[in-house]
Amino acid sequence: MGSGPREDFKNPVVNWIDERLPVFTLMQKEYGVFPTPKNFNYFWNFGAIAMVVLVTMIVTGIFLAMNYTAHEDMAFDSVERIMRDVNYGWLLRYIHMNGASMFFIAIYIHIYRGMYYGSYKKPRELLWILGVLILVLLMATAFMGYTLPWSQMSGWGATVITSLFSAIPLVGDSLLTWLWGGFSVDNPTLNRFYALHYLLPFVICAVVFLHIWALHVTGSNNPLGIEPKGPQDTLPFHPYYTMKDSFGICVFLVFFAFMVFFAPNYLNHADHYVPFDPLVTPQHIVPEWYFLPFYAILRAVTFDIGIPLTKIVFIEAKLGGVLAMFGSIALLGFMPWLDTSKVRSAKFRPMYKLALFGLVAAFVALGIAGAKPAEGLWLYVSQVSMAYYFAFFVVILPMLGKIEKTKPLPGSIHEAVTAKAK
Amino acid sequence: MKKQILTLAVVAVAGFGAFVAPVNAAGTAVELPKRDWSFDGALGTYDRNQLQRGFQVYKEVCAACHGLDRVFYRNLTALGYNEEQIKTIASEYSVVDGPDDEGEMFDRPARPSDRFVGPYPNIQAARSVNNGAYPPDLSLIAKSRAGGADYIAALLTGYEQAPADVEVMAGMHWNKYFNGHQIAMAAPLTDGQVSYADETPTTVDQMAQDVAAFLTWAAEPHMEVRKRMGVKVLIFLSIFAFIMYRVKRKIWRDVH
Repeated sequence: MGSGPREDFKNPVVNWIDERLPVFTLMQKEYGVFPTPKNFNYFWNFGAIAMVVLVTMIVTGIFLAMNYTAHEDMAFDSVERIMRDVNYGWLLRYIHMNGASMFFIAIYIHIYRGMYYGSYKKPRELLWILGVLILVLLMATAFMGYTLPWSQMSGWGATVITSLFSAIPLVGDSLLTWLWGGFSVDNPTLNRFYALHYLLPFVICAVVFLHIWALHVTGSNNPLGIEPKGPQDTLPFHPYYTMKDSFGICVFLVFFAFMVFFAPNYLNHADHYVPFDPLVTPQHIVPEWYFLPFYAILRAVTFDIGIPLTKIVFIEAKLGGVLAMFGSIALLGFMPWLDTSKVRSAKFRPMYKLALFGLVAAFVALGIAGAKPAEGLWLYVSQVSMAYYFAFFVVILPMLGKIEKTKPLPGSIHEAVTAKAK
Repeated sequence: MKKQILTLAVVAVAGFGAFVAPVNAAGTAVELPKRDWSFDGALGTYDRNQLQRGFQVYKEVCAACHGLDRVFYRNLTALGYNEEQIKTIASEYSVVDGPDDEGEMFDRPARPSDRFVGPYPNIQAARSVNNGAYPPDLSLIAKSRAGGADYIAALLTGYEQAPADVEVMAGMHWNKYFNGHQIAMAAPLTDGQVSYADETPTTVDQMAQDVAAFLTWAAEPHMEVRKRMGVKVLIFLSIFAFIMYRVKRKIWRDVH
């Protein structure tokens, strides 16, 4: 917020404001002339896309909140009233409902981009950690949002996920009662989830602000993973990337709109249209698709962890599953230090590239296994995939830095771009 | 650059498909016969005549046990009925209103602004006359069962003789498509049960098809508006995306 030397603006009103509160100087510096590597590919659109989805979710969410009633007897009816009698309520709700899926599609691709091109490495460690924090907040927000229609999937999903905390030794059961605000998922649970579902998106906005702030300190990574060496390697953010992002956003919105208007319930579960009944358990309690890989990890730990061949158990299977699930997300935050390689981009890391494709395959396999009952073949699939997932972070990543022979890096971004153009 | 776009698209589609396919596949045990519906596809609409026939089946058969609580009589304009017809339909039912000036509750004929009048005052009353089973409200049945209209039509036509090795519990009936196959509802439709105003044959299959279409409308009354708007939105966004692509190309021309 420093008020260092600034250039005058031609428009007197803009200039008058800027002299007193340099918001225009800030925008000019951070989004106008901000030097951005000139070799981004379309993977770099997904940050902006996620931002658009975030704003869409907040806007539609606020209008839905005006018509929603957070009470166990009225929540489901109020959602159906929105779908039937509120003007364009069906549109608001279908955008909001599918928007959650769109958010995770954008964010998963964004994270994959960061992993592939080494965006998490020095000096962008904090930027990466803030990103992981956004993912965690997003998951919490999505989970609580899913409970609000108070359907069978809402209530039972909330029961399954909150019950995870009962696995914590000693305090687990008390913690669970405290979380629920009672002895089961009930009206107090719905009320607090609603309050938090309204609060967390604004916390996400704050962390996104920090995420972008950190980005604008270190500057963006790029597909080559080498730092820009001078003006010949960069372009001003506007108009080059504002226009490129706009194009990417439009393409993404075509997909988003297709889902909203022509397949609004494709990603949904039929039981999400049955009102919550605490006395009737659905046959399969399945989370939303974006949680399936983590749900599979949760259920893959079917064994107690202790000293083999004795009856001594340190970690029971249930707690093991919970730790594995939260650990699988937490591990992401340690990536900058688990990866010991000096080279960022997978373009120049043949072994890392393969290992990362393996991780994607494991993640997809976990997602499929997560939708199936945890038994037979699918249990093995999730166990093997989970083993690879963890091995990738704690064994492969640290080891690759030592044994991998990386390809030679180009001298500069400009050099690589002009060589490619020829 | 082209290669990267392609990679991105492939990764996105493959990943998305891989996650989503199993979620929906996990639903039903028996494969449902896929029927043709007027509301199928991106441009599909409801067939008004079919909805009216389906409404007739609901009114004369299903409504004996099943409510349709989220639908109002006024909503029937969407089926092509005019205000007078709707007033007449509503007035056949009686609702409890009040309290009046003396503090008494009273019965009055239903109005278009009333919800569909259900067959039972409460769940307990429904269970006591249905052998302990509760006939679910049908307002959302087409969305709350995997397969939607196909499932409803299949269920209504899926009554069969139970296999020899299966003992059907007392008061239950064997249905090919019901989860667990033993359903409390007896086969509700018989040939010629209702008499349609038009020439449509009143076979079980036809009535099942019609009422399934009606219940799909009841569950998703704004589908036609949604699809019409969707077409416009997609056209707009596609053109806008194309324009942005040209703009981007133009601006980037000197860089490449």
